Amino acid sequence: MGHRFDSVQQVRDGLKDVHYLADEGIAGVVFLADRLGKPVLVEGPAGTGKTQLAKSVAEATGARLIRLQCYEGLDESKALYEWNYKKQLLRIQADRNSDAWSEIHDDIFSDEFLLTRPLLEAITADDPVVLLIDEVDRVEVETEALLLEILSEYQVSIPELGTIVAKQIPLVFLTSNNTRELSEALKRRCLYLHVDYPDMDREKEIVLTKVPEVSANLADQIARIVRSIRQLDLKKAPSVSETIDWARTLVLLGIDHIEAQQAKETLHILLKYQTDIAKAAKELSIDK
Amino acid sequence: MLDLLAGFVTELRNAGLPVSLTENLDAMQAVQHIPIEDREAFKYALGATMVKNNAHWRAFETVFEVYFSLRGPEYSLVEGQDEFDDMWREMQEQMRDGEGKGAAGGSMDSLTPEEMAHLLMQALMNGDQALMRALARQAVQRFAGMEPGRPVGGTYYLYRTLRNLDLDAMLEKLMEASREQVGGELTPLEERLEHDEYNERIEQFKKEIEAEIRRRLVADRGAEAMAKTLRKPLPEDVEFMHASRDEMQSLKKALFPLTRKLAARLARKRRHGRKGPLDFRSTVRHSLSYGGVPAEPKFKYPRPAKAELMVVADISGSVAAFARFTLMLVYAIQGQFSKVRSFVFIDGVDEVTDYFRGVEDIQEAIHRVNTEADVVWVDGHSDYGHAFEVFWERYGKDVGPKTTVLLLGDARNNYHASQAWVVKEMRQKARHVYWLNPEPRSYWNTGDSIVGDYGTHTDGVYECRNLRQLEAFVEKLA
Repeated sequence: MGHRFDSVQQVRDGLKDVHYLADEGIAGVVFLADRLGKPVLVEGPAGTGKTQLAKSVAEATGARLIRLQCYEGLDESKALYEWNYKKQLLRIQADRNSDAWSEIHDDIFSDEFLLTRPLLEAITADDPVVLLIDEVDRVEVETEALLLEILSEYQVSIPELGTIVAKQIPLVFLTSNNTRELSEALKRRCLYLHVDYPDMDREKEIVLTKVPEVSANLADQIARIVRSIRQLDLKKAPSVSETIDWARTLVLLGIDHIEAQQAKETLHILLKYQTDIAKAAKELSIDK
Repeated sequence: MLDLLAGFVTELRNAGLPVSLTENLDAMQAVQHIPIEDREAFKYALGATMVKNNAHWRAFETVFEVYFSLRGPEYSLVEGQDEFDDMWREMQEQMRDGEGKGAAGGSMDSLTPEEMAHLLMQALMNGDQALMRALARQAVQRFAGMEPGRPVGGTYYLYRTLRNLDLDAMLEKLMEASREQVGGELTPLEERLEHDEYNERIEQFKKEIEAEIRRRLVADRGAEAMAKTLRKPLPEDVEFMHASRDEMQSLKKALFPLTRKLAARLARKRRHGRKGPLDFRSTVRHSLSYGGVPAEPKFKYPRPAKAELMVVADISGSVAAFARFTLMLVYAIQGQFSKVRSFVFIDGVDEVTDYFRGVEDIQEAIHRVNTEADVVWVDGHSDYGHAFEVFWERYGKDVGPKTTVLLLGDARNNYHASQAWVVKEMRQKARHVYWLNPEPRSYWNTGDSIVGDYGTHTDGVYECRNLRQLEAFVEKLA
């Protein structure tokens, strides 16, 4: 079976082409996921590009992205498959008098009457796909078990049809915001990747790629201020996406060099709590 | 290689990380797919397959460093030295060119302390990684005074090295230099940014020193013995009473996601409670839509009353940290209780509920508790007896059948009268009275600890030495 990537470096380059700057760790784990044919569980603070990673990998490999958004109350019929019972009913009524029972029975439980949901769709796809199971920590612990078969064996068992095995092994990403501990069984089946806030140099690079209008000087300043803010004890540290928003704002305002006053006025883009804003403003201007 | 990995996994397990057999096998498989010389990739391959919790990453890194990083070619004692000497010579050339003054030449060993400080400052100023590493080696060699076979921990050497380098003064000097560079004053913002930047570089330098010391210790004592001495408890196992400053930081960090998890779990528990008895009224009402047939039975879901919580915490000396954490945890999930009131005491007692009211930032409230609450009566040494007596006199009337009282402290009473009758009466009026003790069970009732005197009158005394135990208790409570 062919691999998508030849080396870790190729992963990095590929992702870079689609404007996703991966560090050594991220690229390494993606590479391993491809080689070992294992899903990747991505954890980390909100807004560090977990979902974006899956999207970018899909784009870089030219695969189709299939996304399953998890929520409380998600069940089999939304995640895996469902029988199209209206169609089944029609089928039964259409030839009420002619066919023998066994024939109809075999007929209505066939592919034609099966509605595929994201998980099954990812498995039965002929073209290369990337499966993204977003915010997996939102489903109940019991529902998690639904995923286990597909994650370890890449197959789905349907009682009436038998087992459907994947035609090709898709790359699978699961993201979690860590609102609860995931079950051991799920973790064991995955490679684990923790995506944290990027270090200063990488953040600068990210700002430069995402906001091309920004000057190198300004990007450097932005990255440094954001790093200082993250070191404060805040309720919610600024995420990467907020950094990018801030950079865009500054560019729109035509600012090329951040003064304390301007930083203070635009701080509400980076921080979303009033106490955080007050604290950051205090730390950045008055202290030392 | 296989032996090495096996030893590595054993050490991880000893450090408390749960590594299952399949994960171990995965790691073996993963390693085959990456070039073994690439240390970073190797590390991530092992990490991704075996460490499934970010809080454990640091423990993993330490073990990894001991087992693998230190065996790399860039660390071998002999060859590396030449390389650095070359670099040092180069640096010296530059210095001569630049300032016209040069040292005696040759190797780094001949450096005077002043020159070394100067060199270090330059390295930090320019963020020169290679030079920093070289200086770290040199500093350790010179200042740590390591002797083979001496049974001293790495922290001792680290302390000796850092004392000689005086990095705090270095930070000041760096700031001054950057002020000069701009020519005049920096704005507060710039000042702050520069400060953070240099701070980070110095931290990095300290890490280099630490790694260097570790490397030498491993060379001296072997990886297995070294890993054992470096073993640190995971954040959830750190004891409140003996946490260092760093550990306190990581505890605080660990607390926040923990409260979120706890709140989510408790809310879920409340919602998915057992089914209650048949609700006759509602069933009949709904049967109307089925023509009077009670096709859809309705049940009365029990709505358990939320408890009222009164936290009475000792905030003297060593148990203060524990009280802080418990208060933070309780207030973070206060939605799970109908009402939370908190009191703190040393030998006097004071209510601090107001400090938490309408405050977004629990940290700040805690800070106010520590500085503003009026808790000293005579001498500021714990007197549980008096504090309880006053508490009962002033607030006793508010304790009712819905109230759960939490008493926090080590019950080290400095040989004052215990006044245990207060707790006895408290229990008669309150729904529950619990005592949380941050000391290990084996210390209870030794010396001036009289937790037993109080304990017999409570509904239970719990040992709460770390986050794990605290979490388990709070979940039981709500």
